Amino acid sequence: MNRQISRVAGLAMGLMILLIVATTYWQTWARPALAERQDNAIQRVAQFEIKRGPILSPSRILARNKERIVGDRRFYLRRYPQGLLTAHVVGYSTVARARTGLERSLNSILTGSERSLSSLVDRSLDKLNGRPIVGDTVVTTLDVNGQRAALEALGTRCGSVVVLDPRTGRVRVIVSSPSYNPNDIEENFGRIEKIRADCTPASPLLNRASQGLYPPGSTFKVVTASAALDSRTFTTASTFYDPGYCSVYGKRVNNFDTSRPFGNVTLATALQFSVNSVFCNIGLKLGAKVIVKQAKAFGFYERPPLETPESERLPSGLYKGGELYDPRRDRDVDPGRMAFGQERLLVTPLQMAMVAGTIGNDGILMRPFVVEKTVTPNGKTRTRTRPTKIRRAVTPATARDVGDMMVRAVQAGTGTAAQIPGLRIGGKTGTAETGIDGSNTTWFMAFAGADGEKPRYAIAVVLQNQSRTGGATAAPIARQVLQALLPSTAKN
Amino acid sequence: MSARNKELLNLGFAALVASAAFASVSIVGTGLVTTRWLGYVGVVFGLYLVAHIVARFTVPYADPTLLPLVGLLTALGLTVIYRLGPEDARRQAVWVALGIGVLAATLFWLRYDYRALERYKYIFGISAVVLLLLPSVPGLGHRVNGVKLWIKVGPMQFQPGELAKIFMIIFLAGYLRDKREALAQGRLKDLGPLLLIWGASMLVLVQTSDLGSALLNFGIFLAMVYAATGRLIYVVAGLGLFLAGSAALYNALDRVQQRVTVWLHPWTDERVYCSISGELDFRQNCDSYQLVKSLYSIANGGYGGTGLGKGTFTTVDGTQLIPYLNTDFIYSAIAQEVGLVGSAAVLLLVMVFVARGMRIALIAQDGFSKLLATGLTFGLALQTFIIVGGVLRVVPLTGITMPFVSYGGSSILSNFIMLALLLLVSNRAAATAVNR
Repeated sequence: MNRQISRVAGLAMGLMILLIVATTYWQTWARPALAERQDNAIQRVAQFEIKRGPILSPSRILARNKERIVGDRRFYLRRYPQGLLTAHVVGYSTVARARTGLERSLNSILTGSERSLSSLVDRSLDKLNGRPIVGDTVVTTLDVNGQRAALEALGTRCGSVVVLDPRTGRVRVIVSSPSYNPNDIEENFGRIEKIRADCTPASPLLNRASQGLYPPGSTFKVVTASAALDSRTFTTASTFYDPGYCSVYGKRVNNFDTSRPFGNVTLATALQFSVNSVFCNIGLKLGAKVIVKQAKAFGFYERPPLETPESERLPSGLYKGGELYDPRRDRDVDPGRMAFGQERLLVTPLQMAMVAGTIGNDGILMRPFVVEKTVTPNGKTRTRTRPTKIRRAVTPATARDVGDMMVRAVQAGTGTAAQIPGLRIGGKTGTAETGIDGSNTTWFMAFAGADGEKPRYAIAVVLQNQSRTGGATAAPIARQVLQALLPSTAKN
Repeated sequence: MSARNKELLNLGFAALVASAAFASVSIVGTGLVTTRWLGYVGVVFGLYLVAHIVARFTVPYADPTLLPLVGLLTALGLTVIYRLGPEDARRQAVWVALGIGVLAATLFWLRYDYRALERYKYIFGISAVVLLLLPSVPGLGHRVNGVKLWIKVGPMQFQPGELAKIFMIIFLAGYLRDKREALAQGRLKDLGPLLLIWGASMLVLVQTSDLGSALLNFGIFLAMVYAATGRLIYVVAGLGLFLAGSAALYNALDRVQQRVTVWLHPWTDERVYCSISGELDFRQNCDSYQLVKSLYSIANGGYGGTGLGKGTFTTVDGTQLIPYLNTDFIYSAIAQEVGLVGSAAVLLLVMVFVARGMRIALIAQDGFSKLLATGLTFGLALQTFIIVGGVLRVVPLTGITMPFVSYGGSSILSNFIMLALLLLVSNRAAATAVNR
């Protein structure tokens, strides 16, 4: 019988070894993946024992800790002193609903888990001594006054404002309306669900600046004009005849206002007054692929490289059935409609601010960033973001020509409502009709700076459900936000 | 050194380890370095000292590692239970005390010759079936968490399945010793009892809808049949029948079906039907909530664990994250706090116990003793495997206790009876070897 007993013993021992192997699997190999899961409540709670680093703007506190002692444990919960002003970009870190925004994407920095070996030893010693782990501080590039001005200007309207420094890529303003108070996420989520605005659903949690996709309307003409000039097929003085419409495959595509055809116009005048038929004809001449290629040079078809979570940034471009669509042949899309911003084009406000900024920055696209630096708990700077060039999107000559045309649009064209005395502003309006009266998506994008200087600001404003044009609705918001930003930068 | 002196030394080591563990929990819990925990360790160590002295008189030659191993496992269980809820730990300590009383009583009662049990094998066999079916008796049975495993008499709750398991092992050891030659011949008519027991376990499965106990009892049965006959065909046929039976019942038993689904796909990306709320939800928030939360707990331990007393088991508001943490899921609490190093050590303790138990079966002289020791030891190994394997998602999760570690009176008491029987078998085997 002993042989059988030995075998049964072997089986019993084998079962125990299997348990050790399985434990090893979960505690080592599968551990990181489990820690990442959104429903991992233990990980979430354990992370609240870490003294999370604060998130700051150059002059304000955007996120800080509030201690709560439960039984024998000390938890560090988050408070957001700026409330709804920086909700979308900073995001939230709560027990109930995981994380979003920078709180999510910079979690390892804020919890101090991304560190050198020596601090790893310190951290382990702290842990043994029962001291809380302290994370790094994140300093952002945001201007809280600008954030406030943008949200106040948007009011109850649904939309977004993005302001960049085109010379460096620093994000100064990034707001989405309606906003929400991140302090309500944990205990008063009902209040967030009750938020209403001039659109349904109001989606207050959506970061429209980088997650919202909207038809660009005439703002896209800047991309078309860049392609036209860069191709050397056209100059600013190229003349077109505008009958008030353009024929595409035998169908008429009307101007915004068909009652007043412009007759003979130059490209410069066409951009100044946003004449659809001219751009339609340019598009037919250039072909869809050339325009798509130019759009890609401006950053379309990639997620804009910001520090926020990847899932909160969407690429701009042609969309087909909810998916980004890159046409292989010219005849796959209608170049005439595409040239003035129709034809399934969808863009984010962040992307359009990048386009305006590139024109203002002599054709060089800078990588946008919102994290200025990270600082250790002892106050030493750990990392500092250096401005980096993504690529040259257009030649300096094209940038200058397109920029001049945009300046004329603000001086005496569709964008006059954005004028600010003493500033050189080049802008482009956009009004994308959705077919339903009173529900246009309106745009204004611009670069702005003192005369004779490189522009300091690139702005994009989008509004949903508007009955009037971009020039009448979005351009005044751009003016208000830029005015709010001016004094603070004058001090710099 | 005599076996009992070795045992005393081993108990000393066990007490040291247990002291360190409880001191850690106590210091983290109160935030003060005090010696209050010494009293607790003293009480537990005192109990095992009593067991040791009883063993000196009744089983002087018995294996010297079993009692200290059990001492360490129960002390560790008590430490973790204390850490999760001091009230439960006090009750558990009383159960351990009663368990040691039962151990002493069993040792005294059977100190001359435990083989007398063999004569009453049919009584044990019938009692086992009766005990297993008791929870199904209307008015007596008590359903806990969807499973009918409890009987309730007044304020007392008892899980008869634990005792039934030991009775069944005694019966099988006696019965198989008688019939092993005939069974080894493999005549068709001798398959009768095998089929009978298969039928009985299926019946119990249907009655209690508890897959864990059915699997445990049937597994012990197959291991003992194999040990007795050496015919692998019985094991294969038995497993086949069990699987076929389970598969046939799969559709009839919602509960079994749900357990298997949870085991195979604990996470869903889409909302699925939730049997708890009746609404659509992610499975990880519903049916597989316990399993998934327990896996998170284990994973959070990593290599070294969070440290005893420093694991995360509650939310920031203080509500429990994992239900049944000190019974079914005690392993996930241990794994989080002592990490891979510690939980592997706990499993190694069980492994050493299993190795010693099987060694007892090997050196025992007669068939009854061999089969008894094999059945008891394999039962402990299989029970540990089913519950810990369930928690680790190796097998579908079923609610049974982790021997000697989990909170629960019935489990502790019957495990101490098992320990007593192993000590008795070991004592006789070693004594015969010494006297020869």
